[in-house]
Amino acid sequence: MLIKTPSDIKSSEITSKSTYLSRRKFLKTSINTGIVGSGLLLAGNTNAATLNDIRKSRYSTLEEELTDFEDITTYNNFYEFGTAKEDPVKYSGGFNPKPWSITVDGECNKPGEIGLEDLIKPHRLEERIYRLRCVEAWSMVVPWVGIPLGNVLKRFEPSSNAKYVAFTTVFRPDEMPGQRSRVLQWPYREGLRIDEAMNPLTILAVGIYGEELLNQSGAPIRLVVPWKYGYKSIKSIVKISFVEDEPRTSWNDSAPKEYGFYSNVNPNRNHPRWSQKKERRIGEFLKRDTLMFNGYADQVASMYEGMNLLKYH
Amino acid sequence: MQKLYKPLLFSVSLIPFGVLIYNGFRDNLTANPIEYITHYTGDWTLYFLLITLSITPLRNLTGKLIFTCFRRMLGLFAFFYACLHFLTYFVLDQYFDFNAIIEDIIDRPYITVGFTAFVLLIPLAVTSTKKMISRLGSNWQRLHKLIYVITTLAILHYLWLVKADTTLPITFALIFSVLMTLRLPWAKNVKKFFISEIQPSSH
Repeated sequence: MLIKTPSDIKSSEITSKSTYLSRRKFLKTSINTGIVGSGLLLAGNTNAATLNDIRKSRYSTLEEELTDFEDITTYNNFYEFGTAKEDPVKYSGGFNPKPWSITVDGECNKPGEIGLEDLIKPHRLEERIYRLRCVEAWSMVVPWVGIPLGNVLKRFEPSSNAKYVAFTTVFRPDEMPGQRSRVLQWPYREGLRIDEAMNPLTILAVGIYGEELLNQSGAPIRLVVPWKYGYKSIKSIVKISFVEDEPRTSWNDSAPKEYGFYSNVNPNRNHPRWSQKKERRIGEFLKRDTLMFNGYADQVASMYEGMNLLKYH
Repeated sequence: MQKLYKPLLFSVSLIPFGVLIYNGFRDNLTANPIEYITHYTGDWTLYFLLITLSITPLRNLTGKLIFTCFRRMLGLFAFFYACLHFLTYFVLDQYFDFNAIIEDIIDRPYITVGFTAFVLLIPLAVTSTKKMISRLGSNWQRLHKLIYVITTLAILHYLWLVKADTTLPITFALIFSVLMTLRLPWAKNVKKFFISEIQPSSH
């Protein structure tokens, strides 16, 4: 007899496929036409929690077609749940992101542990449509829901010694099967320079397409830094530290020549595995040119003036 | 026996290809179909290389010559999946972008070795006909020893491609080294052991 564990049941098997797809289409068009935040419209249609009171943002990338919700949530690099793209959706069912709290420490006046709700509550949720560029030369356009990281960080009153911000992902090998093998040094760590962290484009995301983040997307809270390769946007964050020295990061530890601390999207830098000149947008056939800083040069290039971006890659 | 098994093996060897086509029609090739097809055909090339290389040890261990009759066909299937793998890269992934392809071959070590392995497979496939075997004589054997180089390069290709999880390429390397070890002279003792175990001595 075959006993199916919950993680074996696709969401498409629970909701009928046509309902599911039409709902996605509806979400997609409603976002494109500006009906966001009207969560009530969707209530009862799904088990996924809908986020309310989301405002639009002038920082959104509007000229791009959104990637399908199904593609965004079934094709993931989240090694905590396995190294194959379909592993996170398959093996994240046992992960429990509630309740959640984040420890903030280091060079700041108000360190402490804070519950997720208290962290989010003082801020208004914003929709941020961003391109997401993976170092593996594929890309998506994701309608994130989140809050600017800088506004959150200011509440902890970083001191003048806070030159960098370090982030840590939760370590729960019982719930995250990928953490039981040592493909990377767990827990996953990432970092930003303080000005990068304070840049208005950088957000802490809690949702996609107006719904709470699913486990495979980094529930319940993750970083999104749209001008850097995807692995900089660390998922399921439990710790944020203000530090004076450049923090160590997981992929940089794993292969320093390939994955630098900055990891800004840069079509001019030759990478030993994937040409960074072009990328395949998920859902499209022909590759397109990769843009410097993933197309966000106007907002971020000034932070790197005078820096050799091939050296500080 | 041969006449029965050969078509059967031929059909079985086409199953992975059939499954790929089937999943293609069902739109079941993940969000990034081109990457999926690339990895899938690459995996099957390696499987067939290793299956082909297991024929000689199987023959030596069992003493059954019939296995050798399938070796060429299996090798050609390795070439078949390698062609699909290369064409996927050439047409679907790069879409005939020769500059990008040449840059890849020069700048990316995993593509350098993968491409070399593919090129080296071509003379083996070309000389796989009965005519060529008799024409080349003892040189045929020598030429076809290239399969060892090709398999080494193919495994390196995989090892250098993966970002962090080397489980599968290392597994392939282990299987390959076992198959190579079984070709060494001492393996004859293993054979004796096996034969005496399998066939009880007559009284």
